[in-house]
Amino acid sequence: MNSAQGLRRAGSDPNTAIVLLITVLGALWSLFAAAYAPDAAMKGQAWLLLGGFLTGIALLVGSIAGGGVITDEREYNENLIKAGVIASMFWGVVGLLVGVVIAFQLAFPVLNIEEFGFTNFGRLRPLHTSAVIFAFGGNVLIATSFYVVQRTCRTRIAGGIWPWFVFWGYQFFILMAASGYVVGITQGKEYAEPEWYADIWLTLVWVVYLLVFLGTLWKRKEPHIYVANWFYLAFIVTIAVLHVINNLSMPVSWLGSRSYSAFSGVQDALIQWWYGHNAVGFFLTAGFLGIMYYFIPKRVNRPVYSYRLSIIHFWSLIFIYIWAGPHHLHYTALPEWAQTLGMTFSIMLWMPSWGGMINGLMTLSGAWDKLRTDPVVRMLVMSVAFYGMSTFEGPVMSIRAVNALSHYTDWTVGHVHSGALGWVGFVSFGAIYCLVPWLWKRKGMFSKALIDWHFWIATIGILLYITSMWAAGIMQGLMWRAYDSLGFLEYSFVETVEEMHISYIIRAVGGLLYLAGALVMAYNVYRTIKGDVTEVDEDVVDQPSLQPAQ
Amino acid sequence: MSGNKSLWSDLHKTLFEKNSLILTVGVLVTVSIGGIVEIAPLFYLDSTIEEVDGMRPYTPLEQLGRDIYIREGCYNCHSQMVRPLRDEVERYGHYSLAAESMYDHPFQWGSKRTGPDLARVGGKYSDEWHRDHMRQPQSVVPESIMPAYGFLETSELAFDNVEANLRALRTVGVPYDDTMLASAVSDIETQLDPFADDYDGFQARYPGAVMRDFDGNPDQVTELDALIAYLQVLGTMVDFSTYEAEADENLR
Repeated sequence: MNSAQGLRRAGSDPNTAIVLLITVLGALWSLFAAAYAPDAAMKGQAWLLLGGFLTGIALLVGSIAGGGVITDEREYNENLIKAGVIASMFWGVVGLLVGVVIAFQLAFPVLNIEEFGFTNFGRLRPLHTSAVIFAFGGNVLIATSFYVVQRTCRTRIAGGIWPWFVFWGYQFFILMAASGYVVGITQGKEYAEPEWYADIWLTLVWVVYLLVFLGTLWKRKEPHIYVANWFYLAFIVTIAVLHVINNLSMPVSWLGSRSYSAFSGVQDALIQWWYGHNAVGFFLTAGFLGIMYYFIPKRVNRPVYSYRLSIIHFWSLIFIYIWAGPHHLHYTALPEWAQTLGMTFSIMLWMPSWGGMINGLMTLSGAWDKLRTDPVVRMLVMSVAFYGMSTFEGPVMSIRAVNALSHYTDWTVGHVHSGALGWVGFVSFGAIYCLVPWLWKRKGMFSKALIDWHFWIATIGILLYITSMWAAGIMQGLMWRAYDSLGFLEYSFVETVEEMHISYIIRAVGGLLYLAGALVMAYNVYRTIKGDVTEVDEDVVDQPSLQPAQ
Repeated sequence: MSGNKSLWSDLHKTLFEKNSLILTVGVLVTVSIGGIVEIAPLFYLDSTIEEVDGMRPYTPLEQLGRDIYIREGCYNCHSQMVRPLRDEVERYGHYSLAAESMYDHPFQWGSKRTGPDLARVGGKYSDEWHRDHMRQPQSVVPESIMPAYGFLETSELAFDNVEANLRALRTVGVPYDDTMLASAVSDIETQLDPFADDYDGFQARYPGAVMRDFDGNPDQVTELDALIAYLQVLGTMVDFSTYEAEADENLR
């Protein structure tokens, strides 16, 4: 292959023109909404959307003027991944910061500054959950999937401008959703708060994401599709299905912000928790298992423990997870057979979850010493351990009798955070610690000691968080059902709230420690990118560049 | 492990790992089964689509109050689903029926009780209590950790466009008729005035709806009017003094 063959400048190719058309249409719609929106919130929001679309148009026109998007088939697209790593780090810190703020609000309600309205817990809590799950987690997943699919297919990412459309379109979706929350634009469905116009935008971005991913698989130079890609693919496909169905709604006006869910009551409840639990199952689990299946073997330089276990893990996990939603609706007006199905499958889910955990942990066979010497491996292993812990706790809490106590309490919050901080957070941090030296061609991270500090500060933070929430949740659940000797309820509701105060403070401190760890990491990443690496880390191995096809 | 030949892993290797479309379709089929089995019947089963006497669509004022409830993210801390457990029934009232949220687009059952359940809060406290509570929750419940919502009583309720809200709800299945749509705007003011000219018409459209000035300020239609109207109707539509949980039609 001669050198001129692979390099291509898109110029004003049809793909760029289509993206330009999308942004122009978006800008026009925003302009009309700014002028004619029936609700005040949308009038303000529309200007922000218009600004976003105009920025997009300016960037596209600049790119076309400069000769178009460069596509060099002789190299992996690593700038895309670099952008994703930086975005992940940024949103991670933002999301954790909002989390710390709302944790302190629960301990000290005076921190809800009423004059502003938008700083109230009710508006900030979706901001926190969306920022950590979709902004941080989503960026980590998009960045790592684009990295892994290129490497394991030994080919450059497909689609020219389209992967960039996915990256920037996704950032724009985050801004759209987040700025909406603080002015009170929300559908009122947990983890699916963005309104109809943001949902449509995300659907577009997501379909392109799927096509870019599939397009890269189609032009792969490897005969087989690597296991990490199965998980990424299942994550992308299933999230598309969940997102579209759960967000079906009727807008009040095609230029306004408000819409009403297509479903109501019990049907809406089950569709929401079918979505909600599988946002956990496919966004926060399957996608991040893709990370586990690539980054752990890479970092410890060992093959995945068992190929056959990978197959069983994959298919049983995705089959069983989808049934588990009804365990969020125990003892509600949902028919009991559906609750029982949800509970049964949740308990069955323990097996594939632990199968996956074993497959991840045992990949370290023959390399266990790295736990001592490489803090990045320690972080990855700790994440898999937390995955095992929270996927054991989950099935326990899905048992109807346990759920009668745990539901509606902070035990659930603690459970979610052992998964989110321990598993999702740590596996993401581990992947980023691997990626930064690889992408920026450094001999290691700026400071190995700071990785160690990050690990321990964050681990202590998680422990404070989950133990205080166990105490708070179980205590409150017991207080709600306590009877005195005369057969009356022993505690008023607010007495149980009062008892939570200390737990809430400990939880907030735990969250603060976790945030501090992430800040240490951000500093470490910044210094590494800047080029201040002095020590050579023998665990950081240069990743091969793209080999031309034979 | 790779030394062990097995039919399944060979098949997997040649089928799913070589064809990304077959893998994609395989994933789609695998993840569809559970959802279809669990969700589809809910649109047909008697127990989930039953109608119970007393259930009616929300009045325009109540519906806008519900929109404010959603806007402020109340569902983050308050559930609306009383479970059939002894302590809950004694604390909050009769357990919630599926029919009671049949007009709730979206449902607001919630998942966390940082504050108490609100499924049956209607009629439990006076309007005045709600006003004080919204202005400063700690003034009526000193240990409360709820934020204050004092701005609601000074915010004008935007309702010029409420007909469009009801129309969208009708599209997704709430039985608002043409009269209800046509009188939607005026019904807001009618509900706030117990001596309104259209008292009878309003009561015919929304049987049993409470009509009074909720925020204590008759000169202005505020967001607090709407929110309290919504809170006061929660859990009150079904008359549980005549509802028989053990009746044949309720044991399906």
